[in-house]
Amino acid sequence: MLSWISMRRAGAILGVLGFAAVVAACSRPPEQLVVYSARNEQLIKPMFDRYTAETGMPVRFVTDDAGPLIERLAAEGANSPADILMTVDAGELWHAADRGLLQPTESSIIDANIPASLRDPQDRWIGLSVRARTIVYSTERVQPEELGDYAALADERWKGKLCLRTSKKVYNQSLVAMLIAEYGEEKTESIVKGWVANLATEPFSNDTLLMEAIAAGQCDVGLVNTYYFGRLLREKPQLPVKLFWADQAANGVHVNVSGAGVTAHAPHRAAARKFLEWLSQPEAQSLFAALNLEYPASPTVPADAAVLAWGDFKQSPMNVAKAGELQSVAVKLMDRAGYR
Amino acid sequence: MSRSSESSRSRRLWRSPGLGVVFALLVCLPALVPLVVIVGAAISPQAEVWAHLAQYVLPEVVANTVKLVIGVALIGGTLGTSLAWLTAMCEFPGRRFFDWALLLPLAIPAYVLAFVAVGFLDYAGPLQAWLRDIFGTSSWFPRIRSTGGTILVLSLAFYPYVYLMARSAFLTQGRRALEAAQMLGHSRQAAAWRVAIPLARPWIVAGIALIVMETLADFGAVSVFNYNTFTTAIYRAWFGMFSVSAALQLAGVLLLFVLLAFALERRSRTAAHFSSSRDLSREAPRLRLQPLARYSAVCFVALVFVLAFALPILQLLFWVFTRAMSDLDARYLGFVARSVVLSLSAAVVIVAASVLLAYILRRRPTTLTRSVIRVAMIGYAVPGTVLAVGILVPVILLNNFLQEQLRSWFGAAAPALLLQGTLLTVLIAYLARFLAVGFNPIESGLQRVTHSIDEAAAGLGVVGGALLRKVHVPLLRTSLATAATLVFVDVMKEMPITLITRPFGWDTLAVRVFEMTSEGEWERAALPAVAIVLVGLVPAAMLTRRGAHVA
Repeated sequence: MLSWISMRRAGAILGVLGFAAVVAACSRPPEQLVVYSARNEQLIKPMFDRYTAETGMPVRFVTDDAGPLIERLAAEGANSPADILMTVDAGELWHAADRGLLQPTESSIIDANIPASLRDPQDRWIGLSVRARTIVYSTERVQPEELGDYAALADERWKGKLCLRTSKKVYNQSLVAMLIAEYGEEKTESIVKGWVANLATEPFSNDTLLMEAIAAGQCDVGLVNTYYFGRLLREKPQLPVKLFWADQAANGVHVNVSGAGVTAHAPHRAAARKFLEWLSQPEAQSLFAALNLEYPASPTVPADAAVLAWGDFKQSPMNVAKAGELQSVAVKLMDRAGYR
Repeated sequence: MSRSSESSRSRRLWRSPGLGVVFALLVCLPALVPLVVIVGAAISPQAEVWAHLAQYVLPEVVANTVKLVIGVALIGGTLGTSLAWLTAMCEFPGRRFFDWALLLPLAIPAYVLAFVAVGFLDYAGPLQAWLRDIFGTSSWFPRIRSTGGTILVLSLAFYPYVYLMARSAFLTQGRRALEAAQMLGHSRQAAAWRVAIPLARPWIVAGIALIVMETLADFGAVSVFNYNTFTTAIYRAWFGMFSVSAALQLAGVLLLFVLLAFALERRSRTAAHFSSSRDLSREAPRLRLQPLARYSAVCFVALVFVLAFALPILQLLFWVFTRAMSDLDARYLGFVARSVVLSLSAAVVIVAASVLLAYILRRRPTTLTRSVIRVAMIGYAVPGTVLAVGILVPVILLNNFLQEQLRSWFGAAAPALLLQGTLLTVLIAYLARFLAVGFNPIESGLQRVTHSIDEAAAGLGVVGGALLRKVHVPLLRTSLATAATLVFVDVMKEMPITLITRPFGWDTLAVRVFEMTSEGEWERAALPAVAIVLVGLVPAAMLTRRGAHVA
């Protein structure tokens, strides 16, 4: 009998708890911004805190991978509390916009600060920081003169000397998408097949392990996002690995963005636009990029001193939206090429 | 209120036909809804994506998944069973320590163990660097990022599920059965193989079922090895090709395989009955091992402990002190508190639901009821993010429906509902995911309580609530504690469901791990990972103390 009574009591307590939770959730939305963010907390909260301190506008946020956040946004529809969706990849923003989850934000301030190639052509999202994906090489075994563009890594001469990160990572998917936009599907497939044939070892699960493999002599060249290089260099300043700016003679380095857009049913649309405008301005741009050793999206804003030390480079002028548009084509291509 | 009228009413309720399945359906509802969502999606296949998957993706991932599942089931199952045998049945130096210490790897998330193992054992890792310093080459060293390496690491991560279950079986049965078999003229080895292990089979199989499901659902650990499985294919279709429907269809196929496997396992032991002859007052002594066997036992047990726990935890602590100390601040009190609150509430809810289901099945073991419960268990085999979205979307749709109702009653003054951001939703989603973890130990335990025990008790006038309290609860204590511990530690480690269903600001230790690892900052993730181990250790230690006390 005792156990039944206690079970009943537990049930009652749970019921009350649940009711309280629902009631708590039932209040009218106060004047605040709600952000669904795939950019992680330590890279984004300092921005929210600064904004709240400057404007008095509170910012609430949930972090998760972009996939679940987009599904949540889609299911919530008109009842969504979210004002802004923030991701670390243009492809995800393109996908969200493609599903009608974002709305256009026209702003002369944003247009002035962020170049057109880093914005959605229909203004549904903007890039806030630039992530460059380029070549790294061993300073002990490779002369920079031997390097060129991404396609050249498919040359016979790199046989058994190339390290790649997994094709599951969206950074490689958008890189291949960009190559498809430049060279077409057929040529890109032969490039990717060339990469796979040159691999020194199975693809790695992250960029840092890849650079450590180059340092240890497992391979000589690889592809990474520059901020991973910056982080590793901060810990191991003597690392015998350097960045090489890819494809400077032609298209330029492949870039992706970490960016944001106003949701289709944003309860605080005007406030959301103001926040994006604030993020596009020099002071915020500088901080946003520096938090993760990335490049500011605004070309007039200098990057962090540690980042500037790697030298200047030419960015690919292609609109980053292309990466999203061609992403599923790229993934299938990588499957066909046996790039795991 | 008189006790007898209450209990007879509840007994009548139990016996009314058809009610069992209704109750079972109610309890299982959260677990069944996402499965319906998944199966529902399978009705509208996208031909183009499927043709691609069938040609380039499925052959590899099906073969890989089969290899991985068989490997982990064999090695993890053998490790768990043999370790449980040694600590529960034998006497050797350090047994008291290893008895609970072998449980500790449970608290290390599999993806963390995988990352530590790859970092340590891969070409650029310290071990191979050291070998190269001495021998000039390390090319003979086996590759850790391989099928074998993946199987080994997952086995080390998951064996505690089997260990805990088998241990509970041996503690409540083994030595007396062994004594009986020896009296009947069997040698000791024969007695073990022919009596004690077959008698513990429901527990061992239930434990292996858990690790098979955990392996199928795993994304984090296999990603570290870049080992492509069914689950990674699901994520690829979803995040890479933006095809949610293809992802759900793949998940549907995965579920079909799981159901099939469980049906086969069920068939193979429908005729067997497992009950207890336990007599607390006359427990037989532990087996005394020969010196050679004793030393081998100590070495084996210590090796597993070092590989699965001591080395990884040392690496994590090293990272904490060299890279992550500056992250430690007052907020960690909140992370720990929220982790504990969520894990504890989930343990209470899921164990209660499991007990309820186990009794429904005991009282009304119809095929329909059994099938409903079986199906509800497979949420544990669904990749976390898929299940998280599968449960979240129906909750949001319900929320939207209720919101419409509110608007039609109150107009513009209607309050805004946000069911999806409440603890209630978090707990419902945990129930959907971890029901198997709670149910398996309790169902196995309940098999020890035979109907003849009930009848004997009834003969003495002990029925209804008193039967539960005086007879069942003491007999089930180890099983209940096992179930609660497994759920507690599992929820502590859980990431995708917590991430998408948590209320604003409800960051837990697992959420901290996500924040760090999502941008590859694994060393900084060591701090919340160590905190998970420390907070997960408390119940593990409590459980085994209690188990040892009972034994």
